[in-house]
Amino acid sequence: MTRAIVSLPATARRGDIIEIKAIAAHAMETGFRHTQLGVPIPRDIITGFACTYNGEEIFRAVFYPAIAANPYLTFSTVATESGTIACSWSGDNGYSVTESAAITVA
Amino acid sequence: MKRDDTKTSRREFLLAAGGIIGGITLKPATAAAAESTAAISVAPAATREAIAKVVGSARVTPGKVMLDLPALVENGNAVPLSVKVDSPMTQADHVRAIHVFTEKNPLPNVVSFFLGPRAGRASVATRIRLADTQTVLAVCELSDGSFWSGSVDVVVTLAACTEVL
Repeated sequence: MTRAIVSLPATARRGDIIEIKAIAAHAMETGFRHTQLGVPIPRDIITGFACTYNGEEIFRAVFYPAIAANPYLTFSTVATESGTIACSWSGDNGYSVTESAAITVA
Repeated sequence: MKRDDTKTSRREFLLAAGGIIGGITLKPATAAAAESTAAISVAPAATREAIAKVVGSARVTPGKVMLDLPALVENGNAVPLSVKVDSPMTQADHVRAIHVFTEKNPLPNVVSFFLGPRAGRASVATRIRLADTQTVLAVCELSDGSFWSGSVDVVVTLAACTEVL
């Protein structure tokens, strides 16, 4: 199951710095753990995150296994124009999720 | 009077003792200061290697980066981390990237953030895993190509599980 949430203010004034919160449901299996029988559990993590504002990239992150399960990110951007802010996550085993939110800039 | 030449007088003894005590109390303070400025140079080889991969041969100057983690972590599986960089975030002077490293996790790399002038302010937060009581380091790259670092010591009581399920 893939689930992700992007949270940001619905409206903002031009030039305001807005805070974007993004979370994706993912176990982020590190690849360093073993089962009780000693069999290593293969790595299964989200490795990349990118956020675009009306198609233009504003923020990007690279995740390693040290990111906690259900990776949560808070970052900011300057509200420039009305439109959509889209966040996409990609990772091991073909994981790919995109979630977007609309913003109205007055 | 003859005895004074061979034996230490009370005044001399107190002066000397004061000097020793003063030396003892001063020493840890100066040592701690040196440690915080040289957090990268005292880091384990794997951590230094990971940092070198990011910065190359450039010099990393301590400062500008404010790393915020709880000093005492109850659960290493999800530790809130926030990092701020002292930067105006203009087209001419902004933060290009922030990289976070640990000393004792199985992999020194934690996360890399790439931002630009559109961020408005250089402030990012996430949640990380910590396998042990250790120092967490952050290195930022500014638009002029310079590198700055910050570090924080964290005590972890329950480590993030890295062994048996």
